Amino acid sequence: MEPAPRERVIFERPKALEPVRMHYCPGCTHGIVHRLVAELLDEFDLVDSAVGIAPVGCGVFAYDYFACDMIEAAHGRAPAVATGLKRVRPDLFIFAYQGDGDLASIGMAETIHAAARGENITIVFINNAVYGMTGGQMAPTTLPGQVTTTTPLGRDPKLAGNPIRVCELLSVLEGPAYISRVTVTSPRRVRAAKRAVRAAFQAQLQGLGFSLVEVLSNCPTRWGMPPDKSLVWIEQNMVPYYPIKEFVVAEPLRRPASREEKSAGPPPRGRESSLREALP
Amino acid sequence: MRGNEAIPQAAIDAGCRAFFGYPITPQNQIPDYMAAHMPEVGGVFLQAESEISAINMVYGAAAAGVRVMTASSSPGISLKQEGISYIAESELPCVIVNIVRGGSGLGNIAPSQCDYFQAVKGGGHGDYRTFVLAGWSVQELYDLTRAAFALADRYRNPVLLLADALLGQMMEPVVIPHEVVDPTALPLKPWATTGAKGRRHNIINSLHIYPPDLEQSNLRLLARYQEAAECEVRFSTENLEDAEYAIVAYGTAARVVVTAIQQARAEGIPVGLLRPISLFPFPSSRISSLAEKVKAILVVELSLGQMVEDVRLAVEGRCPVHFLGRSGGVVVTPPEVLEAIKALVERRRE
Repeated sequence: MEPAPRERVIFERPKALEPVRMHYCPGCTHGIVHRLVAELLDEFDLVDSAVGIAPVGCGVFAYDYFACDMIEAAHGRAPAVATGLKRVRPDLFIFAYQGDGDLASIGMAETIHAAARGENITIVFINNAVYGMTGGQMAPTTLPGQVTTTTPLGRDPKLAGNPIRVCELLSVLEGPAYISRVTVTSPRRVRAAKRAVRAAFQAQLQGLGFSLVEVLSNCPTRWGMPPDKSLVWIEQNMVPYYPIKEFVVAEPLRRPASREEKSAGPPPRGRESSLREALP
Repeated sequence: MRGNEAIPQAAIDAGCRAFFGYPITPQNQIPDYMAAHMPEVGGVFLQAESEISAINMVYGAAAAGVRVMTASSSPGISLKQEGISYIAESELPCVIVNIVRGGSGLGNIAPSQCDYFQAVKGGGHGDYRTFVLAGWSVQELYDLTRAAFALADRYRNPVLLLADALLGQMMEPVVIPHEVVDPTALPLKPWATTGAKGRRHNIINSLHIYPPDLEQSNLRLLARYQEAAECEVRFSTENLEDAEYAIVAYGTAARVVVTAIQQARAEGIPVGLLRPISLFPFPSSRISSLAEKVKAILVVELSLGQMVEDVRLAVEGRCPVHFLGRSGGVVVTPPEVLEAIKALVERRRE
């Protein structure tokens, strides 16, 4: 019998993430979400049969970070690119990674129609209520009253329209197999987010149709606040407007575990206060 | 068969296995034909929600290495330009059909050649070109469609097939060769995003944030265009051997010109036709040598003068270049061309 090794790896970089330095700002939650996607690519052994579609926006360089084949799409067009690819190669696992401007503004037509067709693709949707890459302009998901460079006095819905709740909008369609909104403001939230992305992956792997996970995310740089405070801001301002929940769960995805998660009621009450306490 | 049926049949015969389109007149028979016949060969037909989505679906399918096509008409081709720019810079092969209609704006659905500039000068943003092939008969549309797929794969560049409402809608006999392309027998595309099994990941991308990288990428495209200018120029000539006057026209305009040339020759005027088939690369050197030989050149187009600029660039003042064009979907007539030929001779006498 061989002696037990003295050292044991308990945490490492997912194989699906390239060993390169990311360009994201300190405290940005893109890193967490990249990691979740990569962990699930590893878990389902998809690194050599997946193709990811990168957006235009802060996620644009995602093609350098994921170890699977990658395509950089035009602004908002990722669902159409994913559709073309999936239709000719249904054997490949196709995911798009998109921000709010990309998915819910310039690319809304592509998003809605891919969902309505029940296109068997997975979209990870980063909603941080602002255009990060271009300098902090109003996004389709910018909250009423939120200050951006193009709403310097705060978003006035009378002038600048109302924010769009993407999950609610898509969940009235027949095509989606899994639609869920999560956030990554605490370890518990991150674990729940991973469960949602896993369900979205399973939806595609089981051929059930369109799946999308919206991740309420931060932008410390453009929101002008430290990362810890930005997480509190998500909980205090975004979560009330954009409820954390599963909107569409196709029958085959309804595992006993997810029922328990649901019946456990609205997650983590204590976490907001603990975050607040953590602030200086 | 109809022009708009010969094109999709040729695409299928060329091994095209995916078509993404959106309805617009006068090209609607192309997606109709694809919807009916693509399933027979196990290919993909999908009606997209817009021209923009259609071209981006083409981008996705081309990235997977599949021979893929989209078709539209002028306003729809304008919408596709963003995607065409991305496809060109990402070095992906595909075929785009433009059944040109009268423009600008919503224009009308009559035949026109008003999209020449858009087709040959790039169309979308950036420092790229699309290869452009223009036929003048249904048979030639069939043949050029097949050639377009080979050209796209060889140069990893989008190829635009330019026809017009008249060529798309008219019916002519077509000889279809027995040999068809088996897409599974085509050379593998090692750059395609088909899953990174046993290799490092492939990236299809048009973003080069460091300017010298983008310049290198653009120079690589330029080298391909220069190679194509050597190897891929196509044109045909009629009655040029003894011609003292030459007409340069392509597509539908060239068909009208042929009738006028017969009438002019019957009246003793030695006039011939040079018909560019590849509009990019343009038969510049052939036109240049033609300018040494003839007394004057007349360019005839269904536009207010677009290709004439490329003819003048090729002629470089070696002989006078005159222009006759009708616009807005009005098709030039043989008597108008004959009159313009006689005016050439008259000017020469003066």
